[in-house]
Amino acid sequence: MSSHTHKEAVPYNAPAGRPALRIAFASGKGGTGKTTVATNLALVAAAAGEEVTYLDCDVEVPDGHLFIKPEMMSRREVTAGIPRLDMALCDVCGKCGEFCRYSAITVIGKKVLTFPGLCHHCGGCMLVCPVGAISEKAQPIGSVEEGAGRGVRFVQGLLKVGALAAPPVISAVKEAAADGLVILDAPPGTSCPVIETLRDSDFVVLVTEPTPFGLNDLAIAVEMLRMMSLPFCVLVNRARPGATQVADYCADKSIDIIAEIPDDRRIAESYSRGEMIIETVNGVRVIFEGLFERLCDVAGAARRGTRGRHIEGAP
Amino acid sequence: MKELTIISGKGGTGKTTVTAALAALGDRKVMADCDVDAADLALVVRGEVIERGDFVGGSLAVVRADDCTACGRCEGLCRFRAVRKCGPSNAICNATYAVEPLSCEGCGVCVEFCPVSAVDFRPHTSGEWLISETVHGPLFHASLLPGEGNSGKLVALLREKARRLAAQMDLSLIIADGSPGIGCPVIASITGASLVLVVTEPTLSGIYDLERVGALVQHFDIEALVCVNKWDINKGLAEAVKEYARRSGLLWAGRIRYDEAATRAQLAGVSLIECDGGAAYDVRGVWEKVAACL
Amino acid sequence: MKVVVTSTGPDLDSRMDSRLGRAEKYVFVDTNTLETIASDNPAGFASAGAGVQSAKFIVEQGAEAVLTGNCGPNAFSALAAGGVEVYVGSCLTVRDMVEAFLGGKLRRVSGASVESHFGMRGNS
Repeated sequence: MSSHTHKEAVPYNAPAGRPALRIAFASGKGGTGKTTVATNLALVAAAAGEEVTYLDCDVEVPDGHLFIKPEMMSRREVTAGIPRLDMALCDVCGKCGEFCRYSAITVIGKKVLTFPGLCHHCGGCMLVCPVGAISEKAQPIGSVEEGAGRGVRFVQGLLKVGALAAPPVISAVKEAAADGLVILDAPPGTSCPVIETLRDSDFVVLVTEPTPFGLNDLAIAVEMLRMMSLPFCVLVNRARPGATQVADYCADKSIDIIAEIPDDRRIAESYSRGEMIIETVNGVRVIFEGLFERLCDVAGAARRGTRGRHIEGAP
Repeated sequence: MKELTIISGKGGTGKTTVTAALAALGDRKVMADCDVDAADLALVVRGEVIERGDFVGGSLAVVRADDCTACGRCEGLCRFRAVRKCGPSNAICNATYAVEPLSCEGCGVCVEFCPVSAVDFRPHTSGEWLISETVHGPLFHASLLPGEGNSGKLVALLREKARRLAAQMDLSLIIADGSPGIGCPVIASITGASLVLVVTEPTLSGIYDLERVGALVQHFDIEALVCVNKWDINKGLAEAVKEYARRSGLLWAGRIRYDEAATRAQLAGVSLIECDGGAAYDVRGVWEKVAACL
Repeated sequence: MKVVVTSTGPDLDSRMDSRLGRAEKYVFVDTNTLETIASDNPAGFASAGAGVQSAKFIVEQGAEAVLTGNCGPNAFSALAAGGVEVYVGSCLTVRDMVEAFLGGKLRRVSGASVESHFGMRGNS
C-alpha cells in the first residue's frame, strides 16, 4: 500500500500537457521542516524544466511565501453560504435552531439569531425551514492569492481571522492546480484541514525528525494515510548518525524512506533568514535533486496504480 | 490556584521541551497536555497511565446498509463530500451509500432528510483522555484518533479535570502545554489561564507567527511572557523578538540557547533539567521570571 | 432581581469563574434574599457555540443580569436578544460579585468584552 509496493520504477517524464502529478507534503507535528522541503523541492523541480505549481494549503499560517517570495498577481475571495432570514415569512417555529448542531442559528424568545462565525455551511437550516424563510448568502471566509516567484507558480490560501472553515479555502486553493508537477504544502497534524489537503493527492511525503516526538506524531500520520488509502513515503529531516528510531519503525512497517536531510546547524541558520537551503548550504542541492528524481519515479508509478480507484474510508 | 499555559504560534519551537523542563522545576503542580494533536509531553516525564476514558466529541452519520434504497439524496445534500456510493449491496440494490467518517462534519443533514430514515446519528468516540502518574506529578493527556478535529472540546475537558484534581489535592499550579497555531484549541487552552508563556524561535516564520499569537493573548487580556528558544541560531532575529515583546507589552522571559542536550533529553525520555547543560541553565532563568509572575 | 454569576462551585462562597460559555457552574441569586440555585453549565463541554448555548440557557432560566469575567460577542448578542444585561468584574467569590454588583462597582457591558474566537485560524 505504501510506495514500496511500486518499486518497478517507470521514469516520470511524460510530455507537456500531461495530467498533473500531485505530491503533498505533510507531517504529524509542526516544525519538522515540511515547508523547507516543499519549497526547496519546488525550486529544484523548476530548475529541471518542470512546470511547477506550489499550493500552500496551510491556510492558518501559510509560510511558503517567506521562502519563495512570489510576486502576487491576483487575489480572489472565497465565500461560503450562511443563513439569511426573511422575517416576513418566518413564524419563529424554532426548527432551524433545533436542527443546527453548531448553535449558528438560535431562537431566543421570539428572535432568531444567526452567528456566521459558528456556521459550518451545511445548508441544513435552509432545508429544514417549513416556510422557506431561510436562504443563503455568501460570507467571505478567506482568499486565494496567485503569483509566481523563482520560476514557480505560487498559490496560497488565507483563512480569514475568525472564520471556522478551513476546508473550503483549501479546496479553492486546490482548484488552482494546473498541469505539470503540483506541490501541496499541508497543515501539520491529522485534523480535517489536513485531510482536505491530502484528498485526491497522488502521493504524500511525510516529513519527520528522528526524535521520540517526531516518531510519536509520525505514527499517527501514518495511520491517517492508511485510513485514506494514499500511497506515501517518509522523509527524515535533521537526520543524525545513530538515531535509528524512525528508520526502525519504517522498516518494521514497510515504509520507504525517500531521503534524509542531515541535522546541520547551518541549515537551521539559513532557514531562519528565509533562505533557500539548496542555494546556501553545500551539499543540500544534490540531496534535493536525488529526492526529486526518486519522487518522480515512485509518485508517477503510484499514480498509475491508483488512478480510477476509489479512495475508501475506514470501515 | 494558578494556571500557566505554554504556547508557541509556530510548531517545532521547543514548546513541549520547555514545558517539561518547567514542570521539573515547579513544585506542587498538575500537568495538562493540551496539545492534543501532537501529545508528546508524556514521552519526557516518565509516567504510567493510571486512568483512562473514552472521549466522545460529537456524533457522526452512519448509513444502515440494510435499509438504504440508494436514492442518492444524502450524497446530493452533503456539503462535505462525505457520502459516496461505496457501501455493500443489500436486498434491493447492488451498492448502497456510505459516509466516510474522516470527512463527516456531523451536521446531521443526511440524517434528517433521508426519505427512508436509513441514516443514524451515532455518538462518535474521537479518542481517549488519560491520567498518568509521573515523576513530576499527575499528568492529564489525551490521544485523538486521526482525522479528529474537534480538539477544542477535549482541551476544555482536560483543563477541567486538571483543575478539579488540583483543587482536590490542594496543589497550587497547573502547567499546561498548549497547541501550536492560533486556532480553536489554542483559544481553548488559554482562556481563563493566569499566565501564558510563549516559546518562539528566531526565524522569519517564528516572528511572523509570534505576532499573531501576541495579538491573541493581548486580546484575551492575559498576562504573557515571551522566551526565544535556540536564540543563537540567529542572534539578530532573537533581538527582534525581544524588541517585539517590549513594544507589544509582553514580558521578557529570556533566551534559551541551541543545545544538543535538548535532543539527548528527549531520547532519554527525561526533561532538559535532568540533562544538565547550557539550555538547562537558561530554562532555570526563564522559570525564575515565570515564577515571579505567578 | 434574579442575577446569575459564573462560578466554579455551587454557592455564594464559591470562587467566581471568569468564563461565561465554559463556566463550570451557574449560581442564580435573588439579590433581595440572597437565596441561590446552582446549576451545571449545560454547554461547558460543547465543541463549539458554548457561549450561545449557555446564553440561551440563562435566558430560559429567567435571569435578568449575568455577572461574569468576560463575555464574547456571540453570547452577548444572544443575551441581549433575551433582554439579559451583562456586567463584568474580577472578584474572588460569587458573594463578592453580587455585592460589587449591588454597590454599582461592576462594569455594564454594552458590547462584547472579548472578540469571538479572536485570532482564530489565519492571518489578519
